[in-house]
Amino acid sequence: MSTAAPIAAPPYKLVRHDEAEAGLLEVSMGPHHPSTHGVFRMDVKLDGETVVRLKPVFGYLHRNHEKLAEGMSYLSSMPFTDRLDYFNSMANNWAYALAAEKLVDVPVPERAQYLRVIMAELTRLVNHTSLVGFFLNDLGALGTPLLYAFRERERILDLFEQASGARMMCNYFRFGGLRCDVPAGWLDRTRALVGGFPKFLDEFEKLLCENEIILARTQHVGVLSGAQAINAGITGPMLRASGVNYDLRKVDAYGIYDRFSFRVPLGAAGDCYDRFMIRMLEMRESLKILEQALRDIPEGPVMGNAPRVFKPAAAEVYGRVESPKGELGFYLIADGTTKPYRYRVRPPSLINLTVLEDLCVGHSIADAVVILGSIDIVLGEVDR
Amino acid sequence: MTSPALHEPVLQQFPATRWDAAARALIVPADIARAVAQWLTQPANGEFDYCSNVTGVDFLPKEIKEKTKNADGTEETLTRTEPGSLQVVYHLYSMRRRTGPLVLKQVAPREKPVAASLTPVWRSCELQEREVFDLFGVRFEGHPDLRRLLMWDEFEGFPMRRDYVEPADYEWEPTPHGEVLEKHRRGKVIS
Repeated sequence: MSTAAPIAAPPYKLVRHDEAEAGLLEVSMGPHHPSTHGVFRMDVKLDGETVVRLKPVFGYLHRNHEKLAEGMSYLSSMPFTDRLDYFNSMANNWAYALAAEKLVDVPVPERAQYLRVIMAELTRLVNHTSLVGFFLNDLGALGTPLLYAFRERERILDLFEQASGARMMCNYFRFGGLRCDVPAGWLDRTRALVGGFPKFLDEFEKLLCENEIILARTQHVGVLSGAQAINAGITGPMLRASGVNYDLRKVDAYGIYDRFSFRVPLGAAGDCYDRFMIRMLEMRESLKILEQALRDIPEGPVMGNAPRVFKPAAAEVYGRVESPKGELGFYLIADGTTKPYRYRVRPPSLINLTVLEDLCVGHSIADAVVILGSIDIVLGEVDR
Repeated sequence: MTSPALHEPVLQQFPATRWDAAARALIVPADIARAVAQWLTQPANGEFDYCSNVTGVDFLPKEIKEKTKNADGTEETLTRTEPGSLQVVYHLYSMRRRTGPLVLKQVAPREKPVAASLTPVWRSCELQEREVFDLFGVRFEGHPDLRRLLMWDEFEGFPMRRDYVEPADYEWEPTPHGEVLEKHRRGKVIS
């Protein structure tokens, strides 16, 4: 028998886990986890059930929308804005039109201004009803509240379809007005919907707002202070749930928002329950705006004297609107040609995720799902 | 909305900053950017507590042709090249005072794109500066977690740069082995 050859060292390096991390479990939540509302991943470190670390991972839906827009004319990007936050295509359209109208001074006719407000507020109803439904879905109320919400959403999408031809990808706004007027009878149908909506909200609130399970699962969960929210650039209902009074419809009063009387609901605790309630209250205020707009809307054209070829002089502008998810901004650099030199979308969904780790650390993994649901993200906008 | 008074105190306090009237933006050198940002958040100096938008812009070198007259009266066309730059743009607002926007810009040479991270001042810059790093290749000094945000880690190049050349094969998978890698190496356009 020959002497055995010495055993070679294993080709891999042995790694000694840090003592503190040895007991931690690393879970990769997503990108196909149902609670992530699309393709979003959270790398979570867990101590038992408690979240110790959470790193969001983005980019699964990245299309480089901004690069695409640099290669085509200004108006060609309008249908692409629908696909950012595909729940709120009308609000996205408005944000882009607002920024472009700063480059070239195109007056928007009165009727178009009113229709823009009506479309934006209907969009807010669509977003907030679905958000509440999805949020309860994340809480474990599987399906039922979501279907109630979707029943109402369907009616509004029908109105969008009648006006623009599409239910979700509306592509309805143009620089200086709207693509076409609404069909005959549309305003009456909208009035009927707005008149019946409070009944649905009453029912929804009665079922949800004082539900013991919802209170237990959402109060004191994911508390965000006002100062932290401002510093992290949080906008929209999430900011106002932390008690900061900043609504661009009031601050910038873009369009004709200064003509309507409505209130800005504010939260006190900044927890998940406040973020949920803010949406319920904002829907009531949106209905108020809708009632006033539907009462005052004049007859007339919906498209101003916009130039046939949109060719702005060199300038840099930033236009922003209060989209249902937060501040949606468009930053455009024109260089005197028919294409934008730089086209940037300021996505509220992405920036609202900045504080996700801070909100989740110390809570259980089940609460992390609830916190993510209360932030309200759409991955089409996060990844663009 | 932009009131011209917003940037004037900054120009007085920091003589190294410059006002770009065409872009309506304040050009801030990278070495004092953090100090300017910190100063701007103070209640006495405008209280810009909210940094809304952070993004990058790539300006390629431009060739400019100029006609000059020589001493003997003959005309000559001279070509000079204006150097390009990578700019990082910040849109600042004050939530408490409801003023804004004040536009800050850091301008870096394209060969060595380094800027100061303003994330320690406004946390809203965290993900957006990562995005600028990812798509434009600007390095942010002092950023707590500078990684790619949207592209995958193995990705080469910075797609939002104006001179970015797309790969020949879009279907390349980032699996670093075997035929796929070889195919990619052969088919890739190296810029």
